[in-house]
Amino acid sequence: MPSPKTTTAAVWKFTSCDGCQLTLLDCEDELLPLTEHIRFAHFLEVTSVSEPGPYDISIVEGSVTTPEEAERIRWIREQSGVLVVVGACATSGGIQALRNFADVEEFRSIVYARPDHIATLATSTPISAHVTVDYELRGCPISKTQLLELLTALLAGREPDLPDTSVCTECKRRGLTCVLVADGTPCLGPVTHAGCGALCPAVNRGCYGCFGPMNRPNVPALVPLLRRGGMGDDQLHLVFRTFNAAAEWS
Amino acid sequence: MNLVLDLDGLDALIRVLRDDGRVVVGPVLRDNAITLAELDSAADLPGGWGVEIGAGHYRVRKRDDAAVFGHSAGPQSWKRFLHPPRRVLMSSDGNEFRTAQDTAPDYAFLGVRACDLAAIAKLRQVVGGPAPFVIAAQCTEPGELCFCASMGCGPAAGPGYDVALTERIDSGGHRFLAAAGTVEGTRLLDRLPGRAATQEDITLAAQDVDAAAQRMGRAMPEVDLRDLLAANRDSAHWEAVAERCLTCGNCTMVCPTCFCVSVEDTTDLDGNAERSQRWASCFEIDFSYLHGGAVRTSGAARYRQWMTHKLGTWRDQFGTSGCVGCGRCIAWCPAGIDITEEAAALAETTQLGGE
Ligand code: SF4
Ligand code: SF4
Ligand code: SF4
Ligand code: SF4
Repeated sequence: MPSPKTTTAAVWKFTSCDGCQLTLLDCEDELLPLTEHIRFAHFLEVTSVSEPGPYDISIVEGSVTTPEEAERIRWIREQSGVLVVVGACATSGGIQALRNFADVEEFRSIVYARPDHIATLATSTPISAHVTVDYELRGCPISKTQLLELLTALLAGREPDLPDTSVCTECKRRGLTCVLVADGTPCLGPVTHAGCGALCPAVNRGCYGCFGPMNRPNVPALVPLLRRGGMGDDQLHLVFRTFNAAAEWS
Repeated sequence: MNLVLDLDGLDALIRVLRDDGRVVVGPVLRDNAITLAELDSAADLPGGWGVEIGAGHYRVRKRDDAAVFGHSAGPQSWKRFLHPPRRVLMSSDGNEFRTAQDTAPDYAFLGVRACDLAAIAKLRQVVGGPAPFVIAAQCTEPGELCFCASMGCGPAAGPGYDVALTERIDSGGHRFLAAAGTVEGTRLLDRLPGRAATQEDITLAAQDVDAAAQRMGRAMPEVDLRDLLAANRDSAHWEAVAERCLTCGNCTMVCPTCFCVSVEDTTDLDGNAERSQRWASCFEIDFSYLHGGAVRTSGAARYRQWMTHKLGTWRDQFGTSGCVGCGRCIAWCPAGIDITEEAAALAETTQLGGE
């Protein structure tokens, strides 16, 4: 990593909703100090000025759903020192990975007046299916705290602190009362990747898994507990097939 | 010296401790559970609330009486205060390193059960720190998941308390027999409004606690648990538990004696760095990360580590058991895995004591 003031970063969008990029703008108090250390050479959500590569850090949001995107991510990888992928789309294919379980040709013919104008792949795939990824931030959207942790780590040349364990560990450190045990509310915390700081249990809701699977989740052991909490087949199907539909839940 | 306090007397006890500059922590009803928080007065205590508790199950319920200590172990333990979930160890502004000052207040813990009193001692044996002032609550109503009697930790509070209270509600009213365990405890009682205890008060309280020992909801098998775990390193049973185990880490986080931490360095944009520790769990894969990778990746290996340390190797390490029989890990395991049942399952297939 070159010395801080000369660090350049580029923010790239693939198939996504822009929410994760927005997290960078949401940094508010930290945003200006950040720009004293990092020069954003390409960040279309902020400025139309775009400088040519190479870039020290590339932050990639979104999944690969078109032939053009599959090409572009290779070019970005070549132009980037460190490649960071952010959000459920970039890390697992996102909600749009539902197409992986259906017939895209059929959608195309029904939805568009001129289907022949649409160039799309049959699948939505994470960035790691195409190029080597250096760091992943999970979530729909990502956590601002984790984003700052990653960027400050890269600037300091240290390993970022991004645990791959359960949301429960964060829930317990935070001192929350378990909604699954004390209220019977279905919660995906025991199989979901940490990083959000147990946002949902903190407001008395069950986690619905937006950070995707933790390292080696035991989903079959959780399913009966979710059923006991009142989830039926449809809801179980939905909860595992929303933000991280194509992720390896088991 | 023994004193009998009514609810006003209990309130005075809290007030006097606060006047002395202590932060009084005790049970409160919050978020559908009886948890631990700072108390301003006796009105903050969960009077009239009890719990219905089972494996992976916990519900608060209204009691028929106004007891304030009529509930078994909740989601929190005193560990949160003696060994906080996150603690800064040192920091640097880029020029020099500073060791973090210990900013823990002068705690008084109110309503500490026998199991938790034992847990405080075991935890402090590992993490050190100043001794809190302890007002124990003798256990007269063990819960469904309690097995402190099996672990030799209750229901009567062992040494270590400054004052022990035994709550009783009958035709004689709602009252607490207060017994001092230390000189400081005696001095505290001297400042409280109450009447001197009669022999009958003392006998009744002792009977209530004795009776509690017969009503434990759970028990450990009567074998040497350390030998049991040592003999079962290769048991096929670990795989069976692993099928149900979520490896979420909840058991270790709620356990009042689990002390493991991981140390993290963070930096900010202004050139400051901080080294801090946070609760870790042997169920996290990174926990056993050595050069090149983690050595305990399967759920079976991780569950075995937890149970073996709690009941077996803790003794080699610290000369005592790592489990006090509070039942928290059973209640707060979403899957309801029961350490006493798993120990019994191992004991059933194990011959101990022979060559
Ligand atoms: S509320 Fe959810 S995340 Fe929190 S401990 Fe319970 S199961 Fe885990
Ligand atoms: S608790 Fe679960 S659903 Fe809620 S933000 Fe965290 S990972 Fe997402
Ligand atoms: S192992 Fe379970 S029962 Fe034993 S002290 Fe820890 S939480 Fe309590
Ligand atoms: S059981 Fe696990 S978390 Fe608890 S003290 Fe032992 S190794 Fe640490």
